[in-house]
Formats: sequence, C-alpha cells, structure tokens
Amino acid sequence: MAEPVGSAQSPPDRVPSARATNTGPGRALIAVYAIFAVGATSRAAFQIGTKFDEAPVPYLLSAFAAVVYIVATVALARPGRISYRVALVAIGIEMVGVLTIGAMTAFELVDFPDDTVWSWFGRGYLFIPLVLPVLGLWWLRRLRS
Amino acid sequence: MLEPLSYAIIAACFGYAAWSLYAVARNRTPREPHVIGAGVIEVLLVVQLVVAIVLMIMEGRPDDLAIFIAYLVFVLLVIPLALFWALAEKSRWGTMVLVIGALVVPVLVLRLEQIWEGTVG
Repeated sequence: MAEPVGSAQSPPDRVPSARATNTGPGRALIAVYAIFAVGATSRAAFQIGTKFDEAPVPYLLSAFAAVVYIVATVALARPGRISYRVALVAIGIEMVGVLTIGAMTAFELVDFPDDTVWSWFGRGYLFIPLVLPVLGLWWLRRLRS
Repeated sequence: MLEPLSYAIIAACFGYAAWSLYAVARNRTPREPHVIGAGVIEVLLVVQLVVAIVLMIMEGRPDDLAIFIAYLVFVLLVIPLALFWALAEKSRWGTMVLVIGALVVPVLVLRLEQIWEGTVG
C-alpha cells in the first residue's frame, strides 16, 4: 500500500493510496520533520541536562515540541489509518503550539529567559516551525480527498 | 577550525543542493550522479572529522567538547540518511530529500565553526 507507483515521468501529484503519507511530497516533508525531531530532542536534552535551572519553562516547552516532532515524524513515515490519525493530531498540536508560543513571545505576554523552538514563531529556525505544520496539514488533507 | 575546508564544504553543499533542485524542477528521480555527488560531500566531511581530531590534539579542545563531538558525528550521518530516504522514493520528491539534506549540512558546519571559535581560536 505504501509502494510508490509510476516512474519519474508520471505526474508527481498522483498519490498512490489514500493513506500513504510517506510517498510523494510526504517523503520530503518527513525528512524535514525528522531533522526537527533530532534537532529539538538533542537541544532539549542538552538544555535540561546541563542548565535546567536557568530557564525551566522554555526548556520543558522545547522538550514538549521535541516529542511532538518525533510523534509526527514516525506517524507520517508509517502508512495506515491509525498513523494518519496520529499524524493529524500531532501536527494539529504542533500548529497550536507554534501559534500560541509564537504569539505569547512575539507580543511579549511572557518573558522567557531563553528561547524555545517555537518562540517568535520559530524565528531562530528561519520560521520553518511555522511553515511546517501548515504543509503537514495540507499534505494530510490532500490525501483524504 | 580550518576555515577554508568549512567554506569548501558549504560551497559544495550549496552547489549540490542547487543542482538537485534543478533535477526536482525537471521531475527527475535521484540518479547515480546524485549518489556520487553525495559521496563527494561525505568525503569532505570525513576529512573535516580528521582535521578536527588533529587540531584537538595539537591546539587544544573547545570548552563545549561534548557538543562539538556530537556535531562532528551528527553531520556525518545527514547525507547517508538522506540518501537512504531519497533512493526508495521513485519520484522527484526523492531528489527533494537530497536538496534538504544538502542544506542541513552547512548549518551544522557553521555551528561547528562557532563552537570551535567560541573557545579556542
């Protein structure tokens, strides 16, 4: 079911199976998610392991974001109905997270001593954290139709 | 660290990314030349590892030694993982994975440079 069909010349827009989140554009999307999963996890682990007292709340938020990225990566990479649902929930949480944390930091409702992945809508990461869930939700929605 | 080497790696990555992006635009799957190109980048990264080890022995270690070594190792994994993920995809999006991988490496190389200069240099 997850097997890609067609050759290089076939239209890339054709999705082989309704729930194959890991082929076509999803392939590239998962690559970006995986980078954020590894990056956010190692960064959060380092922050919590070495200087947790400096900024506990942002570091815990970074760890939360890391978990969300890991779940989204794995769920997108696996075909199947349940994985599809898990991916939808994880990316939904990611969207809410980046918008909430992004707005709270950008409009200075909170003053964190250190940045999280989602601070200022992911400014420190070229705003990719803001674009990523939009692409993710678009991709999942397109598979459904 | 050794700046000319860092810049060479970054230039190679950008060149490779641009070339692969052109292949994406032309609806191409990853081909043999892409694998060879990725191999060239990987060789440069291995050279970087060797240079870093030699410099650490001769000039001293950065304060953030653990992070420095973590980045040195991580950066070696990016291209092989990207190839692994790219080659199983029989569409242009496999090639796009190579573009993404090639753009992550410069970020890690710059971070390595910063970690090195922040303490040694």
